Amino acid sequence: MAEATVKRPGRWTRFMAWLDARMPVTETVEYHATKYYAPKNFNFWYYFGALAMVVLVIQLLSGIWLTMSYVPSGAGAFASVEYIMRDVEFGWLIRYMHSTGASAFFLVVYLHMFRALAYGSYRAPRELLWLIGMAIYLVLMAEGFFGYVLTWGNMSFWAAQVIVSLAGAIPIVGPELMEWVRGDYGMSEITLNRFFALHVVAVPLALVGLVFLHIVALHHVGSNNPDGIDIKQQKDAEGVPVDGIPFHPYYTVHDLQATVVFLFLFCLVLFYAPEMYGYFIEKPNFEEANPLKTPEHIAPVWYYTPFYAMLRATTFPLFGLSAKFWGLVVMAGAILIPAILPWLDRSPVRSIRYKGAWSKLMLGLLVASFIALGYLGTIPPSPGATVAAQLFTIVYFAYFLLMPWYSRIERVKPEPERVTR
Amino acid sequence: MNAGPVNKQRRYFLIGATAAVGGVGMVGAAVPFVQAWLPSAKARAMGAPIRVDIAKLRPGEILGPIPAWRGQPVFIVNRAEATLAKLNVATAALADPDSENEAMQPEYARNAWRSRRPDIGVYLGLCTHLGCSPKYYGEVRPETFDANWQGGFFCPCHGSRFDLAGRVVKSVPAPDNLPVPPHFFESDNVVVIGQDGAAA
Repeated sequence: MAEATVKRPGRWTRFMAWLDARMPVTETVEYHATKYYAPKNFNFWYYFGALAMVVLVIQLLSGIWLTMSYVPSGAGAFASVEYIMRDVEFGWLIRYMHSTGASAFFLVVYLHMFRALAYGSYRAPRELLWLIGMAIYLVLMAEGFFGYVLTWGNMSFWAAQVIVSLAGAIPIVGPELMEWVRGDYGMSEITLNRFFALHVVAVPLALVGLVFLHIVALHHVGSNNPDGIDIKQQKDAEGVPVDGIPFHPYYTVHDLQATVVFLFLFCLVLFYAPEMYGYFIEKPNFEEANPLKTPEHIAPVWYYTPFYAMLRATTFPLFGLSAKFWGLVVMAGAILIPAILPWLDRSPVRSIRYKGAWSKLMLGLLVASFIALGYLGTIPPSPGATVAAQLFTIVYFAYFLLMPWYSRIERVKPEPERVTR
Repeated sequence: MNAGPVNKQRRYFLIGATAAVGGVGMVGAAVPFVQAWLPSAKARAMGAPIRVDIAKLRPGEILGPIPAWRGQPVFIVNRAEATLAKLNVATAALADPDSENEAMQPEYARNAWRSRRPDIGVYLGLCTHLGCSPKYYGEVRPETFDANWQGGFFCPCHGSRFDLAGRVVKSVPAPDNLPVPPHFFESDNVVVIGQDGAAA
């Protein structure tokens, strides 16, 4: 009897071989998960990238389901949202999931961005990763805005009126640009229809594409870590970073646990405070859009209020250009300025753990001013609030514009060779 | 088949020419997509002039923001003789008392009352800051936003203030006076908004 010395591979192995010959399945899984070595010292702040992906999935899923019952017409939009809330089976849940998801998205993205600021994740060689991330943030703001208009409540209508009017502040082409954006002489059903197209098709496509690029860029340069040091400097005999662990299974399980905690908190809001006392869904939005009735106090949803406060704080004309134009410049500048961080930071170290007192102070002030501006953007205008907003706006910009100096002159601690904790 | 050396210059020229022609084609193809965002024929028709009966509008009263022209709220204020007399007393507090910004009103409304007829002021009820609709506070009395209020419009969004001729007060967010839409008086009691009409 002839002994079979070479055992025939099992069905699964043969199937994978068949697949791999036709598409790089194993190679891709290894590159992005089982052989992607992430630093072993990730802490709390490293959950939010994965959580942003979770929220993206929640938004795509609930959004697709909402589209099935929503009517993007001037007469039908508001009524169809109420129809979803009252008559569609579990419509209320899916709608609240989507509206709460929007706030959750911004919350995790802001925390994710703070992590990058604290640990210097934007520094070389991660500049492009950071720029793609900034693009995601801009696209996300657009997506949030368009979606907010779709419910066609009175606050949606007037908030859109205010935001579209920003285009009118641009010299010369402003008024024509406004008409072009709206497709009408004022906000109307025509505007609603195009915002619907942008919200459900164009912008999500861009968002998903950018998220894909963000991950590709991340996996190419490797993850930063709380110590801000490069784990690829210390490799073992097989070329694996000694301080790295495979993303799968270590961080997939790690992030799964965070996802469970996140979903628990998400459900608390979803079931007990989906409107967040007027912060997630504002009170005038329970009334249909009315072009002849401005709500007493217009404020955007909380995630835009820091920038809105800066817009309102710009009350004086300069160089012959109107205060309105400068308001637009300040607001756009505040949103865009983090993009140039990789070229502003001159510190020899990446992480806040080894940076000096100045960096720590400025980062603290940035967070404080961002939160204060966020609050100021929600309250009605008053002279005192305007002065406060002007001060915080200066602090916000100081963090960025003074960074080339304070990051260079301060005394830093030496970075360790290997990751700590 | 040409087995000779590659003519790189010709190759670059062909690549360049193809890219240029393709680029022109792309720009051309973008035209309909960009144009499709302009106000449609329907939107333009909806933006036609409107006629408003002002027979019942008494001095000190406002009509609006009910009549909407092009979906924009319009204010029609009837200002009493006494109000008109006071209008140009304290103009130092105004940003543009003499309607220097020509874009904000037709030529026939560039006067001390910013109106075609002194008593009847016609203004678009959209704040020149960010397009909120200001509210009418017609009476002379202290208000929470101004202890020395002389009557006018107050924008609840960002606190801009305008007088009864729609002129903006200095150091508020709004940069300009309230716009005067094109309008004319068809008869004593009918104003047409959206058309300049014959010279008054």
